[in-house]
Amino acid sequence: MSAIRVSGVTQRFGARTIFRDVSFEVRDGEVFTILGGSGCGKSTMLNQLVGLLAPTTGTIEVLGHTITGKAGAEGRHAMQREVGVMFQSGALFGSMTLLENVMLPLEIFTDLPPDGRAAVARMKLGLVGLGHATALMPAEISGGMAKRAGIARAMALDPPLLFLDEPSAGLDPITSAELDRLILGLRDDLGTTFVVVTHELASILAIADRCVMLDRNAFPDAGGMIAQGDPRRLRDESTHPMVRAFFRREIPE
Amino acid sequence: MAVDLSGLVYCDLSGASLLLSMEAAHGAALPILGAVPHVTALLARARASVTPAGPRAATRSASPNLVRAVGDAIAYLGEVVCAVLFLPARRRMLRWPDLLRFADQAGVRAIPLIILLGYLMGLILAFQSAVPMRRFGADLYVANLVAISLLRELGPLLAAVILAGRTGSAFAAEIGSMKVNQEVDALVTMSIDPVTMLVLPRLMAAILVMPALALILDVAGLLGMTTVMTGFGYPLITIARQVQAAATPLDLFGGLFKGMCFGSAVAVISCFAGLNTGVGPRAVGQAATAAVVGGIVATIFLDGLFSILFYRLGL
Repeated sequence: MSAIRVSGVTQRFGARTIFRDVSFEVRDGEVFTILGGSGCGKSTMLNQLVGLLAPTTGTIEVLGHTITGKAGAEGRHAMQREVGVMFQSGALFGSMTLLENVMLPLEIFTDLPPDGRAAVARMKLGLVGLGHATALMPAEISGGMAKRAGIARAMALDPPLLFLDEPSAGLDPITSAELDRLILGLRDDLGTTFVVVTHELASILAIADRCVMLDRNAFPDAGGMIAQGDPRRLRDESTHPMVRAFFRREIPE
Repeated sequence: MAVDLSGLVYCDLSGASLLLSMEAAHGAALPILGAVPHVTALLARARASVTPAGPRAATRSASPNLVRAVGDAIAYLGEVVCAVLFLPARRRMLRWPDLLRFADQAGVRAIPLIILLGYLMGLILAFQSAVPMRRFGADLYVANLVAISLLRELGPLLAAVILAGRTGSAFAAEIGSMKVNQEVDALVTMSIDPVTMLVLPRLMAAILVMPALALILDVAGLLGMTTVMTGFGYPLITIARQVQAAATPLDLFGGLFKGMCFGSAVAVISCFAGLNTGVGPRAVGQAATAAVVGGIVATIFLDGLFSILFYRLGL
């Protein structure tokens, strides 16, 4: 069963085509990464998957809900109730403490009493190593901490599908490794599906079951998909110059 | 034609790009003569990095933008109406502490300014009108004039202008920076309606505080007028009688009702400006400006409509 099915998706902004004809599937319970260099449309792709941006053409199905086309609005609302999203900057609400940020979805969508909400939120913050910082405001913490708090908030309702935008960029190697372990742990224990946008090679090789790689020069006039599959096999076997450049730092002359 | 670089001992990247632009102006590759190896290598590197300019950004004419802006505004008004209608189902998205915070910010903290400006307005109005009125021996009626103009017109209008300048800009900047930080996107992906969570508490706060602000401004203005009139030697009881005779409760409540409408227009417009913030830090400033200008224009426009309406209704 696939958690996400993307077929023939194209995104244009005015005369500029970001990518063309991208198709891939994300299976249930896997860690799927979207790779590529800067400006290749990774974050645009993620925005489409979470329903913030409607693709110019193509269809996207997430957790059985079609989120594109005429009936897409209903699908998007239904899908957004079931997924968690961590934004690149964390996107924490500046007027609330970290604990309140994580408690917000619990407050709106569950019937837990205040004590229960706080306990769940504390545990989620503890999971990302922020158990000591629950009372801090977003303005008082570092970028890496904000990212981790964003992950804790995305996990608040234990969604079966989590989207993470550059979770390990800007984190120190130890925290990044801990985060990778957390992702694998949640996948194994709860069967959570992850879609991770990243270009951190170490993290990709450590966590990704499968990946899709985008490149902004896939077509003469547009970006697109240049490879998909197990990243370790791509690293060892791919003959595509950009894939080799990405995984093995072999820049074509 | 050829370029002779035999006398050139050193060249940096900027020099190489100048040479290349000369070549481009000529229209074809020029033979380079006598260049030392590092300059040849540098020119090759610079030549490899020259890429043709990307497609020009689509130039949009003004009219589709205007059409889109009007469409966005209508869609937003629809969303606000929906948010109000669906509030019972979404009541958990409305955070009461937020409502109290906005009421405090828009109302309680504005009171000193409202008192000061109201008092000065009453003072100036009374003084300015007393001079021509005295020529007709009618300076006692300054009290009537100031009372009616304050209660019916200037109280709610001035309070709305203060609300737009003080609070409307803050609403737009706050929501605008949330937009820039992707907090609004985060709300959408959490399936939380941004209009219910961000706009409704601000709208409710503005509707709640505006009658109070207009009333305080009225009272302060009347005090200012009283100061001038007592200076002219009229006893307090006479001034009070004049005000009582001139102004009816209908004037007062009509004014307060107008204030509520102005307040809701200011809140709705400033939240719209915030939610429509573009990208980058400059966009937040532009949103704040749009909120203040839009709020004041809408207030005066509405005031004109109310004048016609009240006249037709004979109020």
